[in-house]
Amino acid sequence: MAIEVNKCVGCGDCVVACQTENNVPMGYSRDWIVEIARGEYPNLFMHFESQRCNHCEDTPCVRTCPTGASHVIEGGIVKVTHDECIGCGACIEACPYDARYFHPEGYVDKCTFCDHRVADGLDPACVSVCPTTCMHFGDLDDPDSDISKLIKTREHYTLLPEAGTAPQIYYLK
Amino acid sequence: MEERLFQTARDIHGLYPHVHIWGFPIATYLFLGGLAAGILLFATLYYLKGKEDNMPFTVKIAPIFTFWFVIIGLMLLVYDLHHPKYVLELFTTFRIESPMSWGAWTLAAVSVLSLLWPLSYIDDIEAYLHERGWYKLDAITKFLRDLEHKWLIPHFIIMMFRKYRRFFAWILLFLSIILGIYTGILLSAFNAHPLWNNSILGPLFLTSGVSTGSAFVMWLSNNKKERKLMSTIDMALIATELFFIIHMIMGMQAGPEAYKQAAHLFLGGEFTVIFWVIFVGFGLVLPFILEALELKGKHIPPALPAILVLVGGFLFRIIMVAAGQMSEYPF
Repeated sequence: MAIEVNKCVGCGDCVVACQTENNVPMGYSRDWIVEIARGEYPNLFMHFESQRCNHCEDTPCVRTCPTGASHVIEGGIVKVTHDECIGCGACIEACPYDARYFHPEGYVDKCTFCDHRVADGLDPACVSVCPTTCMHFGDLDDPDSDISKLIKTREHYTLLPEAGTAPQIYYLK
Repeated sequence: MEERLFQTARDIHGLYPHVHIWGFPIATYLFLGGLAAGILLFATLYYLKGKEDNMPFTVKIAPIFTFWFVIIGLMLLVYDLHHPKYVLELFTTFRIESPMSWGAWTLAAVSVLSLLWPLSYIDDIEAYLHERGWYKLDAITKFLRDLEHKWLIPHFIIMMFRKYRRFFAWILLFLSIILGIYTGILLSAFNAHPLWNNSILGPLFLTSGVSTGSAFVMWLSNNKKERKLMSTIDMALIATELFFIIHMIMGMQAGPEAYKQAAHLFLGGEFTVIFWVIFVGFGLVLPFILEALELKGKHIPPALPAILVLVGGFLFRIIMVAAGQMSEYPF
């Protein structure tokens, strides 16, 4: 996934779309928006980041899971099998992005990149609903996909690369 | 200047302002696991050294308690699970990458062996208790005997355990080291928490666990030689522990920004006083001095340094679990 931070207006549509699409319980959210202000007055700059699970290439959550409930499906999406999860919290501790939480029913829940929509050839709910089309979703393994071209041509950064997880959400400057 | 604010609500329980999903039950379990590992380590080690009759409390009596420590620890672990109806998933898989997975298997093996160990000494234990007039403790041996007779632990298993005790002692010695070190490695495997994420944490927790084990034996044994030996060992362990702690903080101070911030929790941050004064001061240095004075012939009740070490070890787990979850990468 790639997100153009300068196009994002912080409206929160992606958050609401996710909650609706995935039936996320009240008070919980799989994605969220952070407002980042930097500089000294009067030279202030601000941008928004829509954050969620980074579906890392090197997944500490999958590594520390004692039962194998946390796993990576074909294509690189990180998922949790609810009826294998014992709710120990190891993956929540392991995630540097705080992307996971205990669902009120006990198992650990997180962003799935709407894999049920992706399987039908659709974009995740957050991407398809974005009013400024600042989000892009696609196959990073395919060098000719639109998203691969975007990442090749645009300046970008990832969140906490120093945590060593090889995050797969690219923020385009 | 950089300021980060949540634009959309994210006040999920246990995540903000920092992750705090593990608390008292996990810290208690880590303490009990370390304590059980320490007691079993001494029991099997001195059995293998042929000190079975010279150090009866260490080899035969102290392991009566480990089964309970392990079971209470296990119950706390299960209590802390948020989806406990699937707890058996832990024992249908084995994942070498996940410390919690091999820790769960180790704990299961230790709980079985730490029940069989005292069962195989049941006559000796009874004789030891009667010799000292502790008839009130007969309930313990009676319970163990009932376990064997009524609750269908086949007698041949006990007989086999007696026959191959040496073999089982080696296994239990190995498992107790794994159990002791695992409590630290469990935490050090989380690179999202810089305070935990250092390789000295495993040896540090093992040393601390074995130190609480020796304090436990020293406290309850009434054999002078045994006490003196345990007291000497405990002093060496406390010295090692202090070295590891300083080494750990030095390592973090020399590390990247997130690790420096983790060390700051103990160097001026909110855990400074409780860590240095209460844990290091009253839980390590003071018992070390008391034990040294006792070895020099001063009369000091052995319960005093022992309880200080035990409470200190418990506090150390609580501090590490709480502070570790506060240390995160800034983003």
